[in-house]
Amino acid sequence: MSDHPERGTIRAINGPIITIRLPGVRIGEQVRVGHLGLIGEAIALQGDEAVIQAYESTEGVRPGEPAAGLGWPLSVELGPGLIGGIFDGVQRPLQEICESAGDHIPRGLTPPALNREKLWHFVPDPTLRLGSLLTAGTHLGSVQESARIEHRILLPPDHQGELLELAPEGDYRLEDPIGRLRSADGRSHKLKLFQRWPVRTPRPYRQRHPSAEPLITGQRIMDTFFPMAKGGKAAVPGPFGAGKTVVQHQIARWSNADVVIFVGCGERGNELVDVLETFPQLQDPHTGRSLMERTLLIANTSNMPVVAREASIYVGITIAEYYRDQGYDVVMLADSTSRWAEALREVSGRLGQMPVEDGYPAYLASRLAAVYERAGQIETLSGMRGSVSLIGTVSPPGGDFSEPVTAHTKEIIQTFWALSKELADARHYPAIDWVSSFSDHIAVAAEWWKREVGSNWAQRRAKALALLARDAELSRIVNLVGPEALSDAQRWELESALLIKEALLQQSALDPIDTFSSPEKQYLLLKMVLLIYQGGADLIELGVPVQELMELPLLARARRAKQRFSSTETEQLRELNEEIIQAFEEVRMEYAKFKEHRQ
Amino acid sequence: MSAKEYRTARSAHGGLLLVEGVPDVAFGDRAMIRDHRNRQRNGQVIRSAVQEVLIQVYEGTDDLDLERTWIRFLDQPLEISLSPELQGRVFNGIGQARDGRPPIVSPVRRNVNGAAINPAARTYPRKFIQTGISSIDGLNALVRGQKLPIFSGSGLPHNRLAAQIVRQARLVDEESSFAIVFAAMGVSHADARFFEEEFAASGVLANVVMFINLADDPPVERLALPRVALTAAEYLAFDMDRHVLVVLTDMTHYAEALREVATAKGDVPSRKGYPGYLYSDLAEIYERSGRIRDRHGSITLLPVVSMPSDDITHPIPDLTGYITEGQIVLSRELHNRGIYPPVHILPSLSRLMKDGIGRDDTREDHPRVASQLYALYARALETRNLASIVGADELSDRDCRYLSFADAFEARFINQGEEEDRSIIETLNLAWDLLSLFPKEALTRVNETDLAKYHHSGANG
Repeated sequence: MSDHPERGTIRAINGPIITIRLPGVRIGEQVRVGHLGLIGEAIALQGDEAVIQAYESTEGVRPGEPAAGLGWPLSVELGPGLIGGIFDGVQRPLQEICESAGDHIPRGLTPPALNREKLWHFVPDPTLRLGSLLTAGTHLGSVQESARIEHRILLPPDHQGELLELAPEGDYRLEDPIGRLRSADGRSHKLKLFQRWPVRTPRPYRQRHPSAEPLITGQRIMDTFFPMAKGGKAAVPGPFGAGKTVVQHQIARWSNADVVIFVGCGERGNELVDVLETFPQLQDPHTGRSLMERTLLIANTSNMPVVAREASIYVGITIAEYYRDQGYDVVMLADSTSRWAEALREVSGRLGQMPVEDGYPAYLASRLAAVYERAGQIETLSGMRGSVSLIGTVSPPGGDFSEPVTAHTKEIIQTFWALSKELADARHYPAIDWVSSFSDHIAVAAEWWKREVGSNWAQRRAKALALLARDAELSRIVNLVGPEALSDAQRWELESALLIKEALLQQSALDPIDTFSSPEKQYLLLKMVLLIYQGGADLIELGVPVQELMELPLLARARRAKQRFSSTETEQLRELNEEIIQAFEEVRMEYAKFKEHRQ
Repeated sequence: MSAKEYRTARSAHGGLLLVEGVPDVAFGDRAMIRDHRNRQRNGQVIRSAVQEVLIQVYEGTDDLDLERTWIRFLDQPLEISLSPELQGRVFNGIGQARDGRPPIVSPVRRNVNGAAINPAARTYPRKFIQTGISSIDGLNALVRGQKLPIFSGSGLPHNRLAAQIVRQARLVDEESSFAIVFAAMGVSHADARFFEEEFAASGVLANVVMFINLADDPPVERLALPRVALTAAEYLAFDMDRHVLVVLTDMTHYAEALREVATAKGDVPSRKGYPGYLYSDLAEIYERSGRIRDRHGSITLLPVVSMPSDDITHPIPDLTGYITEGQIVLSRELHNRGIYPPVHILPSLSRLMKDGIGRDDTREDHPRVASQLYALYARALETRNLASIVGADELSDRDCRYLSFADAFEARFINQGEEEDRSIIETLNLAWDLLSLFPKEALTRVNETDLAKYHHSGANG
């Protein structure tokens, strides 16, 4: 069963933690335990005993059963066939398991992650010459993986040497050799359509670049107010029911990434089913292709074994890096990093390690940072540009953002989309709170908006945020002494802030038009609310009572604009903005006449 | 089954028994413990090592005399027998008959821990269940295959609400009734009797499988009970093609039993002394609900969670909320004002509602009406707060309209009789009665077609 020389026996079983006697096993090595052949990973050594965390339930395993090291660390298969698939936390193909084993996941199954029978049409890179020296990451050829993704077959990062053979264009299985390489030591290596990579080792690249453009998500509060850059790191913390998952799904649906990897880490099974059932029918607004042609899922639902939950994040990020190395912009969504951290805690607790905060082990912060640092905009080994943007949700107990996972995450990430229970309770979705959210990518985004959409983005954004901050201040006064204490100008500020919330920030994921806003539409809506605010403020200065402004029918029209006009109907939005200017002008004229008359 | 008995127990405390000098026993296997009075107790191996095992004793370790305790290992995990005869029967937490009738005999025996449903084998729950309760159907609709807990507090009518749901739940376009699995953990005698009488009175008793562990029954048994009950539910749903409604009450007692055993085992505590694995443990239970592709049946889960000191951030409701697909939260304030069911609208939520309502399932305006009612009520409650600070006299006409809306909404929409079964159309019409207190311009979450069709001012108002 194993090519490892040593065989051992099980000494003890305590939940997912199995102690074995197996001399020579290394930390991180994959171990097969028991008659069922469960797979686990060595996480601690003591003398000739090793502690194994098993990726599957250990029920029925008894002391004395055999154990064997497999000789390699937890690795993933990287090659065509990943896109559109659903894999478990250690990359077992769930679709195939479902077909072969039924509705429930049996134990001890280790089918290969990628289909070995399927033929892929390989087109070799025409610039390659036999006899030339190839460096790691060299482009060998391509396979059309989905209608959307051209899968670039690259020389694995740990290979280089003289190209001896390269297969002609044709159909190949994954295990078929597509070429041969002679390394410096004179040994010959077969090249295949797929490679393996250990998940806990970041894949190498030539160099990092600073992020250069925002990731467009089509979500107004994100793109317009708290943008994230491609290659950035973001967190979405929020109590239950605040809409973390919907935010993640919206990003998976509408962002302008090439590849989306969705890691369901300790969350609900139905949420993954939702993606599996709806994505094939949904169209990517940027390319018009089915969303499933760029998406793959890693599923460790909350009832699946905890240890594989810890692995699932690494499996996801390694696959993300692999597509990044092909020159793609990849978005990885991890829902939820708190469950990942809890898996760490559970294992450390069973090992009797000293807990520090809330039972979490002392290495929580460094592990979290190491995962997030695998995101970035990079130049690949072959000189292409690619990026991994990592967005993790955080599920703080009781919604308390001072708990360890949220607090440590906040120190690492660059964009923070904080979800608020109060907003969610009022059904203000997405419930991203503009007071505690932040983005470190404003300067990068401002450049982009100026270049691609319109020159005033940064000023308008700042103005709208200032108005929202003013709203919080004034609301406090109202709560103390009542609305009558405010001047007309102040009441108009409150009304305008309400308009920003309702006409711009609130965005319905369920409304077919509102669910995605192009940058142009976002820009025009932002302009619209500020036009209304400014128009009204000017009139109030002239003495027009605020009551009159609040009854203007254009306010209701402005609130409906986001659902009325699609992302391409920008002309209509421009017209609406013209009408708003005119409407205010009319009130001004009328009022001037009225005033003249009185004098 | 091994006949050999071991008399090598070394220690006993908190429901756990440590036994030495045993052969290699499988993790999770069952054990039979015979005490000095020759009474049998049931146990399960929760830690196994060479020569030594730790056994969790379902009946507890009280009154055990280590010298005169004999342990036998059954070489099998905890299983129950399954057959259609389950319905109409009453069992204890490990599936033994509690109603004095003979045990179920069947070739179908299953491990109560089940195995995780392959996410790729699930189908998304989409079918609306009408409960006849406006605050649920209108605003937090329940969908077949959903897990929707009731967050309650001591003294609140969660049991009456659960019973009303069980009594009234039905699919709008199908005549099929639900099979009911009732799992009671640590409930009082009075509560258990209430449910039995309810089921008997509404004539569903023959459709109910009951698993009962009363407040004075051993707490360790509560750890097995929901797993046993869900194994029965899975059998009815996926073998017998029934739609099953599972009521789990009270999950707080379950979690407390888990903490008790975890503490005895010496597990590292996290929040409030609950073990770090409380989340995964609860998820193993809640995630057994749902629908499976190509299977006719379904499991809809209604757990009752009483929030200690009404604190929704307490670990049990908190972790539950992270796993379940929404929550129905009960409010002490509404209850004290005599409103039944006292559903606290703002924190209540049904995540699956969006897929179970609308033109094809209930009525086309339903999603927008729900959103509009929420928005108005949230604003109205803010206004009510404001009024309590500055006095109602200080409020504008607009604000006063919100106040009267809040009162009418609570008195007419949320409030209803325990025997009152409102159809979804009645609920939506009632919603429009309330929305029509506002002029059309104030209703920005419904569309113009809705307004023309349902707003009382009519097309020309």
